[in-house]
Order: sequence, then C-alpha cells, then structure tokens
Amino acid sequence: MQFNEPATANPIDRQRVVGKPLSRIDGPLKTTGRAPYAYERHDVVANQAYGAIVPATVATGRITRIDTAEAEAAPGVLAVVHHSNAGKLGKAKAITARLLAGPEVEHYHQAVAVVVAETFEQARAAAALVRVEYARGTGAFDLEKEKGKAVKPGRSADTAVGDFEGAFASAPVKIDATYTTPDQAHSAMEPMATIAAWDGDMLNVWTSNQMIDWARRDIAETLLIPKEKIRVQSPYIGGGFGSKLWIRADLVLAALGAKAAGRPVKVALPRPVMVNNTTHRPATIQRIRIGADRAGKIGAIAHEVWSGDLPGGGPETAANQTRLLYAGANRMTAHRLATLHLPEGNAMRAPGEAVGLLALEVAMDELAEKLGMDPIELRILNDTQVDPEKPERPFSKRQLVECLRIGAERFGWNARKAKPGQVRDGRWLVGYGMASAFRDNLAMDSGARVGIDAKGKVTVATDMTDIGTGTYTIVAQTAAEMMGVDVDDVIVLLGDSSFPVSAGSGGQWGANSSTAGVYAACLKLREAVARKAGFDPATAEFADGFVGQGNKRVRLSEVAGREGLSAEDTIKFGDLTKRYAQATFGGHFAEVGVDAVTGEVRIRRMSGAFAAGRILNPKSARSQVIGAMVMGAGAALMEELVVDPRFGYFVNHDLAEYHVPVHADIPVQDVFFLDETDDKSSPMKAKGVGELGICGVGAAVANAIYNACGVRVREYPITLDKIIGKLPPVTAA
Amino acid sequence: MKAFTYERAATPAEAAAAAARTPGAKFIAGGTNLLDLMKLEIETPRHLIDVNRIGLDKVEDTPDGGLRIGALVRNTDLAAHPRVRRDYAVLTRALVSGASGQLRNKATTGGNLLQRVRCPYFYDTAKPCNKRKPGSGCAAIGGFNRGLAVLGTSEACIAQHPSDMAVAMRVLDAMVETVKPDGATRTIPIADFHKLPGTTPHIENALEAGELITAVTLPAPVTGTHVYRKVRDRSSYAFALVSVAAIVPSDGRARVALGGVGTKPWRVESAEAGDDAGMGKRILAGAKPTTQNAFKLPLAERTLTAVLADARS
Amino acid sequence: MMPTSTAFDVSRRGVLAGGVATAATASVSIAADAAPQSAPASAEPRVPVTLKVNGKSNRVDLDPRTTLLDALREHWKLTGTKKGCDHGQCGACTVIVEGRRINSCLTLAVMHDGEAVTTIEGLGEPGDLHPMQAAFVEHDGYQCGYCTPGQICSAVAVLDEIKAGIPSHATADVAAQPAFSIEEVKERMSGNICRCGAYANIFDAIADVAGEARGARA
Repeated sequence: MQFNEPATANPIDRQRVVGKPLSRIDGPLKTTGRAPYAYERHDVVANQAYGAIVPATVATGRITRIDTAEAEAAPGVLAVVHHSNAGKLGKAKAITARLLAGPEVEHYHQAVAVVVAETFEQARAAAALVRVEYARGTGAFDLEKEKGKAVKPGRSADTAVGDFEGAFASAPVKIDATYTTPDQAHSAMEPMATIAAWDGDMLNVWTSNQMIDWARRDIAETLLIPKEKIRVQSPYIGGGFGSKLWIRADLVLAALGAKAAGRPVKVALPRPVMVNNTTHRPATIQRIRIGADRAGKIGAIAHEVWSGDLPGGGPETAANQTRLLYAGANRMTAHRLATLHLPEGNAMRAPGEAVGLLALEVAMDELAEKLGMDPIELRILNDTQVDPEKPERPFSKRQLVECLRIGAERFGWNARKAKPGQVRDGRWLVGYGMASAFRDNLAMDSGARVGIDAKGKVTVATDMTDIGTGTYTIVAQTAAEMMGVDVDDVIVLLGDSSFPVSAGSGGQWGANSSTAGVYAACLKLREAVARKAGFDPATAEFADGFVGQGNKRVRLSEVAGREGLSAEDTIKFGDLTKRYAQATFGGHFAEVGVDAVTGEVRIRRMSGAFAAGRILNPKSARSQVIGAMVMGAGAALMEELVVDPRFGYFVNHDLAEYHVPVHADIPVQDVFFLDETDDKSSPMKAKGVGELGICGVGAAVANAIYNACGVRVREYPITLDKIIGKLPPVTAA
Repeated sequence: MKAFTYERAATPAEAAAAAARTPGAKFIAGGTNLLDLMKLEIETPRHLIDVNRIGLDKVEDTPDGGLRIGALVRNTDLAAHPRVRRDYAVLTRALVSGASGQLRNKATTGGNLLQRVRCPYFYDTAKPCNKRKPGSGCAAIGGFNRGLAVLGTSEACIAQHPSDMAVAMRVLDAMVETVKPDGATRTIPIADFHKLPGTTPHIENALEAGELITAVTLPAPVTGTHVYRKVRDRSSYAFALVSVAAIVPSDGRARVALGGVGTKPWRVESAEAGDDAGMGKRILAGAKPTTQNAFKLPLAERTLTAVLADARS
Repeated sequence: MMPTSTAFDVSRRGVLAGGVATAATASVSIAADAAPQSAPASAEPRVPVTLKVNGKSNRVDLDPRTTLLDALREHWKLTGTKKGCDHGQCGACTVIVEGRRINSCLTLAVMHDGEAVTTIEGLGEPGDLHPMQAAFVEHDGYQCGYCTPGQICSAVAVLDEIKAGIPSHATADVAAQPAFSIEEVKERMSGNICRCGAYANIFDAIADVAGEARGARA
C-alpha cells in the first residue's frame, strides 16, 4: 500500500494488543540459550569446517608476497584463500573498503587471507603461519592535522539561511566553542560471524546482519553472482548498532573458503581484530557559534563539522540536527571531510545526532550560563514548530517543550543550583545536567507476508531483523491487533531473504516501518478473509479469533479452512517526510558525582521524557531507551578508540582497553513516554525510539559534570585526567 | 594458539620434575592470563603442566601469627578468608577490586604474582615490544601510553605492573616460597620478586626456569586502618590508573604502596618516614611521566593524601 | 508464541507459499542434550576429556587447545554459552563449574576433566524456566540476547556468593557479612558486559529473584 496522506482511524487505534507492555515472545529462547545465532547453526548443514582470518598488519601499502606453504602443511588445513587465488571479486558500492585486501591494503587489519581447517584450533594456529610481506605505504591518520585539507563532501554539505555572519557579529551574547568527539566502536557482543555453504551455484549464508536485502545485494556485487542465487538467514543478531548494516569480511571469507574447501565453512571475527577490521563511528571536530539577544532568543546559529574517512567514504553528519532543533533566523551548517587511512568510518547508533548533540547541547548549556538563564528555559524559548530553514514546512508532531517540562518535573530539576560546585556529598561534588534529545524519523518501504491456517494461527514472514529491538514482539502485536487474535496465536518469522523485503534494522526506522508493512499485509489478508466469509471488507470486524459483521460472526480458523489464506504487501512511503519535518524528541537529565580528589565521574541518576509517536510496546521501547542512554553514558565518560598515527591503527582494539560501561557504571534509570500518535509517520502512527535515547544523553552528563565541579571539558570522553588539574587542592579532612 | 602437549601433575615435586624434563614448558593454574596470551601467540609454550591438582590450596596460620597462603588458593577464596578479611583487609580489598567475579574464581595467588603487563603494544604481535621480543624496540614510548608507568621505567619498557593483589602483598611484606626443578626451595621477599625492566624487560621476576611458586607467606598482621583505593576509568572491571594500598595506624608511620604507576608494585620504605603531606612527593620522586600519563602524578599524590587523611581522621 | 520446529505443521506450510518451506530451518531451536563429538582425527595429539554437563557425563577426545567454551559450543553443541571476546573481557561465556562461575573462554576443557559444568541450558528450558530466566523475561533484562546466558549464570552465582558471605569491592566492611544491595549486585555483575545496556532491567530481575524491592535507589 502507498502511504501518501496522513493516517486516519484504523484497527491499530484499538490498542488492545499494540501499546501493551508485553514481555518479548523470544524471551524464553534467549534466556535459555536456545535462540540460535549465526555461528551456532550446527543444525543447518553438515560437515562445517572452520575459517580463521589473517589480518593485515600495515595500514596502507601493497602485499608483495604471501607464503602459505607452512600454513597449508599444518595439521587439518583444507584451504588458504587470498587475493591471488580468490578469483575475481567486485566491491559492493555500499562498502568503502574492500573486504579482502590485495594487492593493495587499505587499512590496518583488513583481511588478507582466510585459512580453512577441520577444527577451530587448527585454523587459528595455521592462520598465524601465513607469512605476508608488505611494501608499507604512507597515509594520513590524524584528523586534527588533516582538517585544513578537508573538502566539501557533496552538494548538500552546506546549508545557509539569512546572514549568519552578520547576525552573529552583532549579537549581544555569543558562544563560539570547539568540541571534539573520538572514534568509537560499536562493540556488539556477538562478533560478526557467518556460516557459508554452496549448493552448486547457490550460496546459503547464516550470518549476523541487520539488513537482509542489502546483504544479498552486497554479496552479489562482491562475489559477482546473481542475487537470486543467494539466500541470507539471520533470525537472531547479537547486537548491531550499525556495525552489521553491511556484510563484512567474515561473510565474504566464509563464502570463498567454502568454495575452496568444497565444504561449508564458518568464520567469526576475533574480538581483537573486529575494531580495525570493521567499521567505527568517526571522530569529529565541531565548531559551534550561537548568537542570542539578552533575553536568550537565538538570532544566529552555526554548526561546522570536520570528520575523516577512507577515500570514497562519507562524512559524519553531526550538524544535521542543528538545522531543525532550535529557531533562529540566521543559520548555517557545514560538513567537511578529510581523507584518513584508518579503517572505514560508518554509521553507528544515531549517526550524526549522537555526536552532534554532544557538542550542540553543551554549547546551549554554555550559552544559558552566559545569559544567566535556566538551560531548560533557554531551549523552550527557542523552540520551533516549523522547520527553521523552511517555515512553510511544519513538524508533524513536536513535543520537545512538553518533554523538557515533564522530564524536569520527574527528575526534580528545580533542586539544581545554577552555580557550579555548590553541592557536596561526602567525597563527591554533585551536579545536575540536562540536554534536549532529537533524532530524525526516517521511513523505509517494508514488506511482509501474513497467513492464517485452519487452527486460527497467524504466521507473519518478513526479512525484517530483530537486533535486540523487540521486532518479534511488536510484529506479533501488530498482526494480533489487525487480525483480532491473541498474540500467542501469532508466529513470527524474521531474517530470511526468502521472505518479503522489509525496512531492515537501522536509523531507528525499523519498528515503525516494518510494523507498517505488516499492517499493510494484514489489511490485504483481512480483505481476503472478509470476502471469503461473505462480509464487506470495509466494515468487517476482527476480534477474539472471529471475523464478523453486525451480529454474524465466523471463526477465522473456519474461514481459513484447510487451504489457509495468505496475503502479501509492502508499505511504500510517499512524500509525507518531505511535506512535514518528522522527528522524535526528548529531554535527558543526569545527576553525576565528581570525586573531589581524583576527578572520577560516576553517574548517580539518569532520567528522560520522550515523545516518539505511538509506543508500540512500552516495555521493549523503554529498554531501547535505557540501553541507548547507557551507550551515551559511555560516549560521555569512557569510549575512545585511540589512534596511533605511527602505525595508522586503533591501538586499544579489544574490550579490555576500549571501555564500554559495565553494570556498576549505570544507576537507576527513569524513562517516561509522552502519550502521542503521529498520523504523518505511518498507519501505525509510531516513530522510532532506538536511537533517540542516545541523542543528547552524553551532553546531559557533560553538563552535569560542569555543574558539579565547574570544569568544562569539550574533548570527549570526559576522563579524570581532563578534570583533575582544575580541581581544588586536597585538604586533610 | 600453537599446539602443545599437556600433562597434569599430582604433586609440587612432580610438577617441578616435569618442568625440568621438558624444555619450553609452562605451568598452568587458573590460566586466566596465560591462555589469553597463548591465543594471541604472545605466549607459545610447547608443553603445559597443569598444577591445579597438586594441592597448595590452603590458607594456614603460621607459628609467628602470620598466614601461609598456598599458591593455588583462588583470589575469591583468599579475599573471603576470615583471617584475611579481619587482619589483612588491605589484601581482601585489593583482591576484590581486581578483574571480575568470574576471573577471581579462577585466578590463583601464584598466578596473580606472575600476571603479565597490559601494554597494548605488548598485546599486538605485529608491534615492536622489548618484553615480548627482546631488542625489537618499545612502541609505547612515543605511542599510546596514557595508562603506562611513570616509575621504574627504562628506555626499553614503560609498561605498568597490572596486579592489585601484588600491591597489597608489597605493603604487607609478603614472602614468596618456591620450589626449583631439583627440589630445592627458597623464599623471596616480595620486594625482590618483581624486577625492574632495565635493559631486560623480558625478565619480569626472580624465578628461574622451571621454578614453581608454592606459597606466599604474610608476617603477623600490622595494626592500623587497611585501605586499598583503586582509581580507574570505569567503576569496575578495569585496570588501575593509580591505586594506593595503605596500612595507617592512628598515629605513627603509615605503610604505603602504589599500583598503576610503577613497572612493579611500588613502595619506597624510606618515604614513609616524615609527614603525611609530603609522602606522595617522596614516593613519586624520580618519576618520568610522558605527556599522556603525567596526570598520574597529581592523581597519585592527591589520592594518597586523601587516603591518609581519611584513615587518620 | 515463538517459532520452533514443531510449530510448523503441514497445513501451515501450505498457507505461506514460498515462505514456509523455509520456515523449519529459519526457526530451529537448539536441543539441550545432543551427544558431543570428538575432534576429527589428525596428526595432532588428542586428550580424553570427561565432563558432566548439566548432569550428564560424556567423554570426548579433544585437541588440548580446546577451551571449555569451545568444547561446549563445538563438541557438546551447547551453543547457549556465548563467545563474545574469547579473552575474558566480556563475560558472555560464563558458566558454573563445580558450583562457581567462571569465564569458560579462559580455561581449557582438559583442565576440568571429571568436573560438573552447568550451562544456561541446564538451568531451565522454554516452558520450564529457572526463576532467574523467568525474571529476565519479565523485566526485559536483555535485548539482543547474546550476553544473556552469561548474565543469567552470573546472576544465579552472585546471589549464592552474597549468601556465602564472599566480600566484594562494594562491601563497606569486608570483615562483615555482605548484604544484598544495588551496589553489591552491580559491582558483582560488572564482569558481564551488556552492550545493549539492559543493566537497570537486569538488576530488577535479580532483585526480584532475591525477593528484594525493585530499583532500590529509585
């Protein structure tokens, strides 16, 4: 179905199942270890061999020699595949760096070879016996150094409305500050992994991937085989956060290894190799200038962003939210892209906003302080209900002010002392901080097939994925609502390229788009059911396992009969996202303690209020938000891939050295969803929440740190070494 | 991981004899560090002697009022031992601040003393490291060294000693008991057990080839407030940036050792004389920080000052 | 309900033309009691290893390099125990051996010859969940599910450790018996990383099983 006009009343509005905080239907499998992830599919194909990758140990250059003799002679080895014997390979357009190096090496730990052996232990040991010689090249690795050479990446890189420079120059109150965010690693708990098996010219892969149809396309472009000869299955995914939007070396090398060995092969990327082999969120340098009048009204706002990527890569679009978040007649944004020969930079949870708000929302805090204004009031004063660049384009629904007010109330914001360093609790200096949350609402076409059988069971099949987002459950809720059955009577099949192509999981579009696709397919099935039962499809009622009209009703199982009934459809989104600015909003609040002696920061409370359309399942939606808040806390306090420019790589490439938050870092979290439906977003009237939660939270933490101890750190992460030098002397207690 | 042969020893003597018999052999106890390194081929023993079933898993009182801790006593058990909790609380606190519950359930007393460094260049076999490959150079000098040592460093190596337990052992004047392949036993004071890198950073301790730690003894308890204050980048499950092990009597001289700052657990007995206020500077004398880890000096000094002040108050 | 291989009867296969022939493989769940397999024969030495996994003893011949984790996942085919980092940095591989939780990635299977191992599969199964598994479902103590088996094994052990009086970094007086608190639980669980960030919900699940109030500091 085409979605071109705002949704009207529809069966989802009943909210008998949708909108209920149901426990996940995949919970019993996940909590008992029975949910099968990619590397674990002993059940799907016999005789699996093990592949181990050989990663490049230079950042740039050429492979001059690969000596595989010792590896090939090692016990159990079945095949060694590298660029010289892999056959012709293409490069998928969506991927910047090739997934198998050779002879050129494009980045550190780029895969050079795969060794296939009978056992994992044999493959791993033999991989270390592959001798690779390189002619080491040169490269650029330091964003700060390359900033001057950064170029404008494409036409939409710059935006400008009014006269920013003039308005900024004449503004009575100004902020002009530069912030930096480091490279970050997705660090999903499940490493990238694939089992590949050839059946003649047909390739079957069981992998861990967020976007099934993209995977199929990219495999076709890489292995130069027809898309129809590829089947991708990924029913369970151990976290993605953007790192599994595209296929990675594990898949390509498993497929090549399987071909060479003549057997199914499975490959998982070792954790110490993942960081440099796969993608990361690129570092940014961000300059923000805001000019306001003495009352706090913004007249000029500018956000310029520098980031780097491999040749052919793209920028981190960290200025985007600044085009829409606050009013102001004179405004500009710009992105500049430097060439860096680090591993491929790409999307990580809320690309753009996640790091853009780390800068913008601290700048707003700095402006509020300069104005002597409450930071919430400053934001409310500069709220806008229309796209500030195109005032004729309204927001479909924008409850930022309500989020801030309700969030402040729930958090107890009025207890905040405006002047930093005023609150002491034992060894801790205590502070409050807040930030706005903002994330675009994207919509992607999404298909599904729905069937009903003689037992009244409804089965939904779509290539949509569940990366921890709760897709299984909200798809079941949607189908149950539409067909008028109990959620226990719905079976959900996901992550298989033989099912209709869906939106996939990314950009927080998954929940709204994929359930809208299920809605569309269910509408068709309702029609078929009603017709077969002899009812008018327009007015037939679906409830309690029956279809009915007036006082007549028939069991769905009877209508379905032995043959069953099924229908397939795809929701296709028209131009509503162009006619209306569509976004999700929230307010983040944090209380932190800064150790007065050491500068250690510990978060004591986090809370937030969010408006994101209809919340399809408040339990799993809340989980998405608290989880994103945790990742944002990591970004604020500890996450940093450290570049060693001498070797051109990320030095701290494992989970011991790249810190992500642990249990003890995360306090009690409060999440509140505003009651909202957005009729412009889809028939579900929902929007995404999976990324909204990370947007702004780090800035709230940073602002709380400033409020606690009076130290403003503009280089993330805010580790104690950046604070300790500015703390007062330690005095004997 | 390179292939190896495996045998399980039944007694300490059997383990030592096996080591004498097999060149390139290593003992494996908890394995939490050794297997990590073997997977990366930083360690490549040709033979493993499993010492997990040779006994040495008791904590016993000594005649002089101290404790004798078997080398195979797990970190969890040592931390939870009633006498350690009561009389050597600095040791319990150090132990429970290290690693994770799962790792402490496996890691042993002897193994913890032999824990190898966490320098990221030591951990990447494609990078120069004098400790891993003598003569190859030190990539950490001039590289990412924010977490590395400021004391006891050399031109050859600046990696910090990673253990928390050993810092507490140092402040407790522990003694390390060993047996050599020929059956001879000896006792090494903890101060002499760990070696400074100097020009030979691959030599990390006083053990000879095939020598097995059998126990660690603690002298009679020292009265005072026992403190282990660990400062790190996240709340738990992280190595120390700086740690302070201290035994502080209500008045009189405090004993102090520092972790996270030295190439070995750092204690300067002579610095313990004199006023509390100057102790940090005295202990840190001669520090050679890098630009990235210079913060460890004020961090260590401030933390120590606060620890002493809190303990005395 | 969740798809399992038994959920697809013949009539449903007829319903979803095209989709259903594939359904059985798309939705297979893992059996908990498959017979383990020895490593394929080759020139390298093999060592016999007997493990009592979830109450059942089996002997297999393994490459001595085989970790307990890989033995469980590749030979016993009990894939509930996860490999997240293989280096003791994430806790996804946590299992309970002889009553204690350990990282199964950093120990060799042969080192545990003759010992009893409890994995997530041994705690409970769909339809007969262990109370901790049920609490994780109820409190949504997971998202992607990959760290979950390790979190649950740890959580079960953590409550035992507190009861046994084992002190932690969060214990104010290490000489005293530790008590259940949010700080104690969060510290003790910190060796289990959840990148999805379900920590707050995991605490609620553990508190529920321990019979304590939710969100103690809320």
